[in-house]
Amino acid sequence: MIASLTLLLLCQLVGEVVARTLAWPVPGPVLGMIVMLALLALRPAIGQVLPGFGQALDTTGRGLLSHLSLLFVPAGVGIVQRLDVIGAHWLGLSITLVVSTVLTLVATVGTFLVVSRLVGARDEGESHE
Amino acid sequence: MSEPTFALWTYLTRTPLLWLTVTLIAYLAADRISLATRRHPVCNPVLLSVAIVALVLWATGTAYPVYFEGAQFVHFLLGPATVALAIPLWDNRRIVLRSLVPMLAALVVGSLTAIVSAVVIAQAFDLPRTIVLSLAPKSVTAPVAMGITETLGGDPSLTAVLVLITGVIGSVIVTPLMNCLRIRDWRARGFSAGLASHGIGTARAFTVHPLAGTFAGIAMGLNALVTALLLPVALRWLLG
Repeated sequence: MIASLTLLLLCQLVGEVVARTLAWPVPGPVLGMIVMLALLALRPAIGQVLPGFGQALDTTGRGLLSHLSLLFVPAGVGIVQRLDVIGAHWLGLSITLVVSTVLTLVATVGTFLVVSRLVGARDEGESHE
Repeated sequence: MSEPTFALWTYLTRTPLLWLTVTLIAYLAADRISLATRRHPVCNPVLLSVAIVALVLWATGTAYPVYFEGAQFVHFLLGPATVALAIPLWDNRRIVLRSLVPMLAALVVGSLTAIVSAVVIAQAFDLPRTIVLSLAPKSVTAPVAMGITETLGGDPSLTAVLVLITGVIGSVIVTPLMNCLRIRDWRARGFSAGLASHGIGTARAFTVHPLAGTFAGIAMGLNALVTALLLPVALRWLLG
């Protein structure tokens, strides 16, 4: 687990360094994800040097992702600091956020499905179970 | 409070232990409630945990910065968790590569819809300019959204809050909305959840279906990039 966590942090570190050095608008962890993808592509080769690398990484990574909701709690509680602004404009803000989110969801899902059908990759993602 | 109790309280509020533990307990309770309701969208674990912690802070008269001193250890794990998104992405690489064209089309349309609809509706409600600017990147993951707002001259801390509210709204709405539209393609459902409501939508998508979670993660990453590039141009056009 420690080795996997170290690897995740290492990828993030590389990502942060690259993002900051090149002043890219991409967050460091997202670049770190790309570094991790490259490592996963090299998995068979790394596995020969470090046996069990893939398995341990899978367990740690999936563990983190299955509790992704927890990680948003500290930032989410930050709402207590801005209750004044939100209280003063609650109606406009809630309608804006809800309507805009619904429109975004519908526009995104609609475009995805229409284009998917046009290029002929129809219904590929439907229930594999 | 009596003298020894007060001393104990002073000690506890100075270490990260107390607020870290409170965060974890609140989450475990919220997760139980969410499981007990068979992951009903309204019983969103983020929403419930935030409500529980906020109540505890209010009841104990604790300021947010004091709370965050302890909770920052959980917050920090967002970085490694984002890196870990590479694992399901790699496992599903074939289906992801085959969906590249619909993904890119949905990315551009979705990203523009998120920006334009938020700005237009907010202006229709006569919201102050600072709020409109802070609202524009609401569908983007918080660290990037805050950076965007800062360069636009908005209020980054307000953006963080609006981003989180958007995340919760999206993850509550997405399942009933998609069911109502009879959409069963997990790629499309996940992609829209991640695009409209970033990490919180992605967390929701992972609890619904692993393929949906994977596509949500990709959408979150791509939308951060595209919004950072599109937003300054779109705002110049929308706000004049």
